[in-house]
Amino acid sequence: MKSAVIVFPGSNCDRDLAVAIEEVTGRAPTMLWHRETELPDGVDLVAVPGGFSYGDYLRSGAMAARSPVMNAVVRAAERGVPILGVCNGFQILTEAGLLPGALMRNAGLSFVCRPVALTVENSQSIFTNRYDAGEAITIPVAHHDGNYTADAETLDRLEGEGRVAFRYAEQVNGSARGIAGIVNGAGNVLGMMPHPERMIGPEHGGSDGRRLFEGLLEAVA
Amino acid sequence: MKTRIYVTLKSGVLDPQGKAIHHALEGLGFSGVEDVRQGKYIELEHGEGVSDADLDAMCRKLLANTVIENYRIERG
Repeated sequence: MKSAVIVFPGSNCDRDLAVAIEEVTGRAPTMLWHRETELPDGVDLVAVPGGFSYGDYLRSGAMAARSPVMNAVVRAAERGVPILGVCNGFQILTEAGLLPGALMRNAGLSFVCRPVALTVENSQSIFTNRYDAGEAITIPVAHHDGNYTADAETLDRLEGEGRVAFRYAEQVNGSARGIAGIVNGAGNVLGMMPHPERMIGPEHGGSDGRRLFEGLLEAVA
Repeated sequence: MKTRIYVTLKSGVLDPQGKAIHHALEGLGFSGVEDVRQGKYIELEHGEGVSDADLDAMCRKLLANTVIENYRIERG
């Protein structure tokens, strides 16, 4: 599987994501600087990492979403290339218009950094095919702006179309309807606040995140 | 020229920071404040060549997230 991890100024989870992808797929991703205008030919997965791009100035993900590389990411998404956005990556994908809604300051106003219980809502997507629908899993979060917000109509549509991928099993950040991760209408773009790359083996305390990458590998193979 | 841009959360969007400020004001003993909303103030210094349409585009494309925010432009 040929993958690329986008690197923005301030990203600090890009290497975590690269290590996880390489460990699961056996192939190191291309690290792509945000000023690039093209993705590597034949890329099977584009990962948009977590970690304070542009210092979260203005709004989380706002400036990263307007960087040159994102034009190429949007075009790839329209071609059906799988795009994974984790944490700040999720914020960037909503700011870029690839996913609906917005991520606001946590309702409790605290930075939340701990493993959280999630429910897998949809096991049919290319990202979640290694999970069972309704399954309880644990994946860590680390964010200040993870409070997912969208208007009621958008939320109803997401639920009705089975586009809620993961839901918090506990109150974490005030997200509308407990949404932790969503996919786009075509199912090839996933944004999620929890960090699957930080749960890929026993040394991480569990491997519930690993199955996301395994499922992707299987889906694109 | 100086243009002032005010970015505010749309009504109906929960504002956790505004709520925290409200609580802090109550804690200080100020009563009678019914609600607090927090926004952003952005000041642009620019030449005459920057049009109203340019300023509007700046707000829509970057300065405000129109999913959750409104913006108001005061041209100097």
